Amino acid sequence: MSSAHTIVGTNLPRKEGIAKVLGDAQYVDDLSFPGMLHGATVRSTIARGRILDIAFGSDIPWHEFTIVTARDIPGKNTIVHLAEDHPCLADGFVNHPEEPILLIAHADKARLHAAKAAITITYQPLPAVFTIEESEAHDTIIWGQDNTFKTYLMEKGDLDSVWATADYIVEGEYRTGAQEQLYIENNGCIGIYSAQDGVTVHGSMQCPYYLHHALTLAFDLPGDKCRVIQTETGGAFGGKEDFPSVIGTHAALLAKKSGHPVKIVYDRSEDMAATTKRHPSRTRHKTAVSKDGKLLGCEIDFAIDGGAYMTLSPVVLSRGTIHAAGCYNWPAVRVRAKAIATNVPPHGAFRGFGAPQSLFALERHMDKIAQIVGITPEDLRRRNFLQPGDTTATSQLIKEPIDMNAMLTRVLTESDFHARQARYDIENKTSPIRRGVGFATFMHGAGFTGSGERRLNSLVKLEADEHGRIVILASSAEFGQGTNTILCQVAAQSLAIPYEQVLIAQPDTHRVPNSGPTVASRTAMIVGKLIETACANLLLTLRAKNYLHDTYTPHQFCEAVLQHRADHGELTATARYQAPGDIVWDDENFCGEAYPAFAWAVYVAEVAVDTRTYQATCTNFWAMQEVGKVLHPILAAGQVEGGVAQGIGYAIYEKCEWVEGALKNNQMTNYIMPTSADLPPIHVLFEEIPSIHGAFGAKGIGELPMDGPAPAILNAIEAATGYAFNQCPLLPEDIFERMTCTHASGSEDLQPTIAGPVFSQATA
Amino acid sequence: MIQITINGTQHQVDAAPMRRLLDILREDLHLTGTKEGCGEGECGSCAVLMNGELVNSCLVPALQAHNAVLCTVEGLALDGRLHPIQQCFLQAGGAQCGICTPGMMLATHHLLEKYPHPTDKQIREGLAGNLCRCTGYMRIFEAVREAAGAE
Repeated sequence: MSSAHTIVGTNLPRKEGIAKVLGDAQYVDDLSFPGMLHGATVRSTIARGRILDIAFGSDIPWHEFTIVTARDIPGKNTIVHLAEDHPCLADGFVNHPEEPILLIAHADKARLHAAKAAITITYQPLPAVFTIEESEAHDTIIWGQDNTFKTYLMEKGDLDSVWATADYIVEGEYRTGAQEQLYIENNGCIGIYSAQDGVTVHGSMQCPYYLHHALTLAFDLPGDKCRVIQTETGGAFGGKEDFPSVIGTHAALLAKKSGHPVKIVYDRSEDMAATTKRHPSRTRHKTAVSKDGKLLGCEIDFAIDGGAYMTLSPVVLSRGTIHAAGCYNWPAVRVRAKAIATNVPPHGAFRGFGAPQSLFALERHMDKIAQIVGITPEDLRRRNFLQPGDTTATSQLIKEPIDMNAMLTRVLTESDFHARQARYDIENKTSPIRRGVGFATFMHGAGFTGSGERRLNSLVKLEADEHGRIVILASSAEFGQGTNTILCQVAAQSLAIPYEQVLIAQPDTHRVPNSGPTVASRTAMIVGKLIETACANLLLTLRAKNYLHDTYTPHQFCEAVLQHRADHGELTATARYQAPGDIVWDDENFCGEAYPAFAWAVYVAEVAVDTRTYQATCTNFWAMQEVGKVLHPILAAGQVEGGVAQGIGYAIYEKCEWVEGALKNNQMTNYIMPTSADLPPIHVLFEEIPSIHGAFGAKGIGELPMDGPAPAILNAIEAATGYAFNQCPLLPEDIFERMTCTHASGSEDLQPTIAGPVFSQATA
Repeated sequence: MIQITINGTQHQVDAAPMRRLLDILREDLHLTGTKEGCGEGECGSCAVLMNGELVNSCLVPALQAHNAVLCTVEGLALDGRLHPIQQCFLQAGGAQCGICTPGMMLATHHLLEKYPHPTDKQIREGLAGNLCRCTGYMRIFEAVREAAGAE
């Protein structure tokens, strides 16, 4: 057992790592099946309207093509997520640019482009809405009764009475743009159909059971006639959570009609134009503060743009709402949140899932409050951090021994924050390059929100193979973040056997049980804990039947497993999620235990703003977090560094340019993500307070690093330049416009003065 | 007929002159280790070494590859033993989802040929044509530094 003690917390080789560095790993576009055709999607070119006519040009041999329309869908014409409003293929009406209308397939991929171009669709355009403001004006109703997918009201304390007691009331408005996940492997699926076996889809995805559910509805087939197999997945970040249900169903429809396997792999421009992005947001804050910097209450209006169909917007909204009040102890809170419809392609899951939006607003607003009250951003936060025994905005009691003050002190020391600040204050007076430091403090809930984990009812299974090794069966997908590795580490440590003696099966809905989707920072904590429990159950089985003593060597374990297999034909163990008894969430009143555990963080950014080119650059970054037990230091640091890089992109590089609901910069040439030359050194620091809810004390880590960089960077830019920017992304043209515009041109007053005891400023 | 030497083996390919080298590798020769990310020379996922130079194979027409000597990811390991660059990417956490990894390792190979002991700036600039969305590059820099020490 000696070697087994050090498995969790060590840097073991990534399970599928050798295949990846050899170039042997099989991604969906690397697969081919006999007789396979290639599919393509014919899409809407307008934002909203009636389809009047579809004409097929005469110069294409259409008999060689398979063509699928909405009429070919055997079951419901829907891609089910939370509702069934999202058509699989448009039937007479389109609600956004790039909406799928027809599918075509041909054996020769090169023939598809000309065929698509030869199809002419005539529309009767109808009025459309493209912004949160246009949608909430209700002049044009495009979804339901009032263009609203979902609203939440989250309340704590008696907010109405705090305004009269406040020394300051600080208002602000903050906006965030859409962001493309930009996984380097585009979305792709291969559909296969046979009358006997039903539908099989191989593809790049995070959640095989989401696509499985979508297939049962679209094909009107029982679950055992639908099979989904995840192929090696080249990045996902949420972009392969809900969308594979669309492309996977499309490939399967073409397969059924043609009688051949059909592969659909988008090229980059189609993937960027047609698939989901992070929800754009608008957050309005009104905060009551005492003159000594105590937060008394907040009223937050949080709105996200969901695009044309509901998809996952209500869940994104819920996480954004819960995180809107951040890691502070508020006596009174009121958050009104809504997800609204616009005629743009549906927005969907992206790492952070609503929290980066609402936390951007809050953490920018905190710096504004500090300025108004006349204390430092550091002091304001120190006076208001949640402490053990306090309650969050959902009235969740903080039971973990978290100490945000100590974390803040450590990262400010590590980053030499105060000395840098003092140095830049002097240097900036004479330098065309203005430098500054800023930070953001935040927490991120791990696992599904509220009662989500109860509803998921996740199951994992272990089985022994013919060599006496243990195979993990779970629907948790590997897409770079390290699922395979950490789950095997947890099993190996739990069973006290070497890491090499544990394998993990490829997610295949015919083989693995539904252990839930690979989302929401839930894999290490929730699924890891289930594996830990299943291992305990496996040991119980072996010991109850006297195959194994209390102490054993890996060799004895292997022999016991093989003996059990010889005697009983197999050895398996399962574990199903059981909600901790003290975790209670009230869906109706939107309060209670929102998450089993939170990860906590303080991120510090250093920036340089060139006042000649108006380019802001992030020049150094410190990411300090408490994520429970770190299962694998290199993978954990990799998650943080990758998330911070995406956060830096979100802050100062990545801008979606929309025209009439269509993304116009749908190329890597004009949608700019950070390269190796753009990113600063990223220093990753961990605190570890093991959580009783996670495997060996692990909490979620995947999404957390997306939350902090954007507000930390914009806080640093304000420190460097004196300009308070309240939206991201912030590109050189945005900085130019602001720094060169005059008051007369309509900009907000940059140096507001405090008028009387109550300060109020609504930003433009 | 296009003649290409790939990883030491000569191939004759019947390809139209403007067919992309990327498609010749992946579709005609089934060397699928070379990946397509953007199809327009921005991301470097399809990078290969052609006559010792790092090129994006999505931008190279067949005609241009005629008589060229190529190295792809499949040519890095020797007799089943990982190349030091592969070993270092594995150890240092330089590969996450793995889709940029083949191109990134070939860019590293090219960089280390040019600068056997690169500075951090040379590493950053040498890899700037290869996009990675997972790692934030930090673990890749570490892999390159380790590989420079190993070679």
